[in-house]
Amino acid sequence: MPELTAPAPRSTRSKGIGRVLIVVYGILALGATGRSFVQIANAVRDSQQVPLAFWLSALASVVYIVATIALIAPGRVWYRVAWITITFELVGVLVVGTLSLTHPELFARPSVWSWYGNGYLFIPLVLPVLGMLWLRWRRPESDAVDRDASPDAA
Amino acid sequence: MIEWLTIVQVVVAVAGGILCLVLGFAGRKPNDYTLGAVALVEVLLVAQLISAIVSPFAGNNPSGDPLEFYTYLVSALLLPAAGAFWALVERTRWSTVILGVVCLAIAVMVYRMNVIWFVQGA
Repeated sequence: MPELTAPAPRSTRSKGIGRVLIVVYGILALGATGRSFVQIANAVRDSQQVPLAFWLSALASVVYIVATIALIAPGRVWYRVAWITITFELVGVLVVGTLSLTHPELFARPSVWSWYGNGYLFIPLVLPVLGMLWLRWRRPESDAVDRDASPDAA
Repeated sequence: MIEWLTIVQVVVAVAGGILCLVLGFAGRKPNDYTLGAVALVEVLLVAQLISAIVSPFAGNNPSGDPLEFYTYLVSALLLPAAGAFWALVERTRWSTVILGVVCLAIAVMVYRMNVIWFVQGA
């Protein structure tokens, strides 16, 4: 007889405080999508070349949407997708944040990652770290067995 | 956009957000008070939408980018509906916390809409 408190075998990522994380991800995805839509639409309307930073914002917003879905959806495949997208976000905010300081002519435009996301209350910098901690904690059960077998497995 | 309506809305959204966060972290499931606060925020957003559509006919045009303004407004309108839906499906304390996060996000968005309307292009 399994304990009642034993974790369910599926969708362990959308439980408890993880829901709050998912909602914050969702709001960031919505905000980033809306903003990059407005930026690109305005650049196109004014017949300007769309700056690289805006395309990067659009890419980032798509990745935020995928990450939000991956946090909700059950299963090991989505667990892996969640890791990939969240890692991408962390690398993105660190690289673009640094480039916006060292190469302002490239990235010193308001995008979700410029200046380490300070236009978004630094949420883009903090959220991937919280997401990784959450994923580590809420590893799917089958992975948890692997981890017990070999503690060094990624 | 009408300035006093915006001030009322930001105050209500912040108060509702703090109420939901406190009750949520205290372990309360979504109830009539927390869902009511979110419903009130949504009603005020609909009022904001009506005000935004009517204001230009009264000579009150947005100083900033209308597209950006409406992107914020439409996003804000979606949030309480999504949060309330979640609160009804998952009746746990975390749904109450989520309602609080939604309210606070809307307070920020309404403030930003106010900047776009009155300050951005002025």
